[in-house]
Amino acid sequence: MSSETQKILTTDGIPLEESLKKAEKKNKIKAFLLVAPLLLFIIITYIFPIGEMFTRSIDDRMVTNMLPKTFKAMETWDGKELPSEEVFASFLSDYRALAEKKEHGKLGQRLNKEKNGFNTILKKLFRKMKKFEEGNAKEQIMAIHKRFRDVKYWQAIKRTAPPYTMGKYLKGMDMYLNEDNKIVQVEEDRRIHRILWLRTLEVAFFVTLFCFLMGYPIAHLLATLPMKYSNLLMICVLLPFWTSLLVRTASWMILLQQQGIVNDFFVWIGLVTDDNRPEMMYNKTGTYVAMTQILLPFMVLPLYSVMKTISPSLMRAGKSLGGTPFVAFWKVYFPLTVPGIGAGCLLVFILAIGYYITPALVGGASGTLISNQIAYHMKATLDWSFASAMGLMLLTGVLVVYWIYNKLVGIDNIKLG
Amino acid sequence: MSKKTEFVKFDKVDKSYDGKILVVKDLNLDIAEGEFITMLGPSGSGKTTCLMMLAGFETPTNGEIYLDANPISNIPPHKRGIGMVFQNYALFPHMTVYENLAFPLRVRKFSKEETDKKVDKALSMVSLSGFENRMPGQLSGGQQQRVAVARALVFDPAVVLMDEPLGALDKNLRESMQYEIKHIHESIGVTVVYVTHDQSEALTMSNRIAVFNDGKVQQLSSPDKLYEEPVNSFVAEFIGENNRFDGEVLDVSNGVCKVKIGQEEILANPISVKSKGEKTTVSIRPERALINPKDKMDNNHKGKIEEVIYHGDHTRVRINLLDNSGFILKVPNSSQNLDIKLGNEINIGWNSQDARALDPK
Repeated sequence: MSSETQKILTTDGIPLEESLKKAEKKNKIKAFLLVAPLLLFIIITYIFPIGEMFTRSIDDRMVTNMLPKTFKAMETWDGKELPSEEVFASFLSDYRALAEKKEHGKLGQRLNKEKNGFNTILKKLFRKMKKFEEGNAKEQIMAIHKRFRDVKYWQAIKRTAPPYTMGKYLKGMDMYLNEDNKIVQVEEDRRIHRILWLRTLEVAFFVTLFCFLMGYPIAHLLATLPMKYSNLLMICVLLPFWTSLLVRTASWMILLQQQGIVNDFFVWIGLVTDDNRPEMMYNKTGTYVAMTQILLPFMVLPLYSVMKTISPSLMRAGKSLGGTPFVAFWKVYFPLTVPGIGAGCLLVFILAIGYYITPALVGGASGTLISNQIAYHMKATLDWSFASAMGLMLLTGVLVVYWIYNKLVGIDNIKLG
Repeated sequence: MSKKTEFVKFDKVDKSYDGKILVVKDLNLDIAEGEFITMLGPSGSGKTTCLMMLAGFETPTNGEIYLDANPISNIPPHKRGIGMVFQNYALFPHMTVYENLAFPLRVRKFSKEETDKKVDKALSMVSLSGFENRMPGQLSGGQQQRVAVARALVFDPAVVLMDEPLGALDKNLRESMQYEIKHIHESIGVTVVYVTHDQSEALTMSNRIAVFNDGKVQQLSSPDKLYEEPVNSFVAEFIGENNRFDGEVLDVSNGVCKVKIGQEEILANPISVKSKGEKTTVSIRPERALINPKDKMDNNHKGKIEEVIYHGDHTRVRINLLDNSGFILKVPNSSQNLDIKLGNEINIGWNSQDARALDPK
């Protein structure tokens, strides 16, 4: 027993472990230096922007910085009845400082989001405060508008006090924090984001399904055809990769529009009448068709690489042992392709869930996805923090899919090529 | 019940893949029930194609294959009931040993008890009892091989095909597996069609051997006949070691022919030569030629020892004889030491019956 616990020494008397560490140290440093540029690159272009996105999405320091004195005075306020004179005076002095910097408009907009009607009374305050007398701020402000006498408006200011907020995330799920600090849903007819999330999941799911149904036979053909044919087919599969995404989507627009080639063909073979051409674009159909075609290679390639490793003699063995071709396929071939199916579906699903250009161009109103909404907030409303919040929610969604996949299939079972 | 002599019958079978070259030419072959027959030949000789046609993975371009008197060309492989052992075992990697063996039984809708019983029996036959729950990847090559054999036999097929099953094993394991397969065949009496390019494997295991070359069966006979009495120079050359002389027939009479080799003459057994003037290849097995023969032999020639190679149980001696510097002799090491030394001139003799005059090569 004692000899087992005793440390093993090298011939020179140094403990073996130590000696091994020393010998491998150089290699470890070398290996680290080799990956260091990539590590740095990932940190700069990936980890850092995600962190930035996250802070931006929860950042609510604007009001905090605009009304420092007010929030200081509000610390002792219980929030049940109207605040004290001190709070009113601090608010007035903060607002005056803002007005001098001409930033009072921003505050009005921000507070209006928290409580409707805030902007109007602040504008009124801006006009009237020049004539204010020294002292007795509470009375003078309350005299301007009855809303200043309503405790709810002061509660709204207090709600904006913390420098961080989850409000953007709640908004992304069509919810908000009400006056009583409770999470509630917005009215039914205003729940636009939930529809988009569900539609995004639906489109991603069906695109994955269509890609699988179409890609599996192609991959099988690729893996079993003789070299000269399979190479040609491989080029056909990869061709979309070599064409610009925009060009491909645009060509789908040409094909799918109501006066387009596909519709012309349907009319020609008599499937539909000329005055009753189906709409295949600017709706979900267009999104499905174009996205399936564009994402197909991501399904075919992992499947192909897995199928290539399956010996054809396995199918033969299955048949010679008495299995019908279907049984041999289902019991022998199919289970062996599962790692490829997993990889392909995961890839296509993750790509589809964040797809942007194609739904933007051929999706129309009923075919746009959550990424289009993110782009809209980035470019049109300039609400970057909301866009960041939704982007992070999308990322979380992808990670959840990944986690579920890992639980169900096991990530080491994946085979990307 | 007498054994059927035409249990498997290839009747005028041709096979071509591209419509230009015949891979198998006019194959006629009868295999008796319970026989162990080996298709032996160099690669590309058409032997595996024949096996694949029998298994149903290839269709004959012409002719018909009969199994128990029924034509089977139009029967798909899964309905033929033929067991097959593949070159790389083709075990299903995602199934345990038990599931692999149960596969042919499950598709035949055997009950659970029956399946268990048959799997048990098959595994004990290949001495792998207790390995039911292993995955194929956890087994050694030899064990995988046994599982493959057990799987091909577990559903009691009438015919079992084996396509170079021992090709991937090392030499020692290959030899012990040869005996094992042979014993399994003897104990259950199944008809086995075995394909190999290894002649010693074929000689060890088979009842009969069909030597393939160039899409044709060159000779079909028992191992001893194949070795002792090859009917043409390809078989003589392919099976075992062979010393050959190319020459011209001078005379054929009384079952002996005179062949002119260079400037000298030897006596030989005319197998495929009929008349004077024909070109011929004379084949002599190394162990049939003796050094300084005591008995009188009708061929006696002097040769010079060019190389002596020690092989443990015997010594191989390369001799320059009749201008053929590749003449090999096998000398058992137990025999009294003769003057086998490099450069010595020695006397070599053989009987004309053992020198077979075959078709010219």
